[in-house]
Amino acid sequence: MDSVLSEDPVALKILIAGGFGVGKTTLVGSISEIKPLRTEEVLSDRGIGVDDLDGVEAKTTTTVAMDFGRITIREGLVVYLFGTPGQERFWFMWDELSYGALGAVVIADTRRLTDCFPSVDYFEQRGTPFVVAVNCFDGAEQHSVDDVRIALDLDDDVPVMLCDVRRRTSAKEVMITLVEHSLRTLASAN
Amino acid sequence: MSDSPQWFDEEAGPVVRPYALIRGRTRSSGDAFDLVATVRAIGDPSGALGPEQQLILRAAREPISVADLAVELDLPVGVIRVLLGDMRDHGLISVTSPSAGGSRSNERILKEVINGLRAL
Repeated sequence: MDSVLSEDPVALKILIAGGFGVGKTTLVGSISEIKPLRTEEVLSDRGIGVDDLDGVEAKTTTTVAMDFGRITIREGLVVYLFGTPGQERFWFMWDELSYGALGAVVIADTRRLTDCFPSVDYFEQRGTPFVVAVNCFDGAEQHSVDDVRIALDLDDDVPVMLCDVRRRTSAKEVMITLVEHSLRTLASAN
Repeated sequence: MSDSPQWFDEEAGPVVRPYALIRGRTRSSGDAFDLVATVRAIGDPSGALGPEQQLILRAAREPISVADLAVELDLPVGVIRVLLGDMRDHGLISVTSPSAGGSRSNERILKEVINGLRAL
């Protein structure tokens, strides 16, 4: 196994998705050292009508900040967390982010469940393993995971769980559930 | 802007706009580097290097990801990618991309990750 150590480090990507303000940043911060990662993106035509570019024709790129965290499992094995930019006009970035990704966490808020529909659709279409983590906000009416599963029309094998993204143990549990799910997906594909 | 006296030092933004560092290019030569591709310094710089490239070389003495480099140098990922493309062309660094779907393809590693997360 000595030769393994001299090989390139293994870097795994996990995406954190969900609607705006649903707790993506908090989740990344609960379990890893969080840093803002700046990307400059060319505005695609999907941005037209959203950004008013009248009078600033020269501006074709915009700065997008993403949440970025890393968890070092051991030397040479690192898990990177990327909070996907929630706004629709940045979806074109997701293709790059999800390429080769280990899986995704879709955070849901039961008070506005529709916000996470696009993320669920996206990962279902891409075949990216994902789990749905229902963030239990204070004062929000608690729904059972079964209700959420039905509302999101999820396949039976997609894990749905309640969580409190502010708590490290809860964030850990979400991550472990995702990696276990990815492992099962992998095993069933073989 | 000159009548905005509250803008001093860093708040006034970088003295050199990021894309001036890379002469207005937005794409690196060759393939785009994955955010978690591993960069490492190889060989010695022969020609004159810009300060950003020197910082990259220093940071990449130990293997480092593209995303970590962007954070460390406080530059947008796009700018880092262009700088890395130039440096690779000049044989200063090697960039190893994670293989397509590679992260999903190894059960042993996933089990290691699960155990590692439990131990956090």
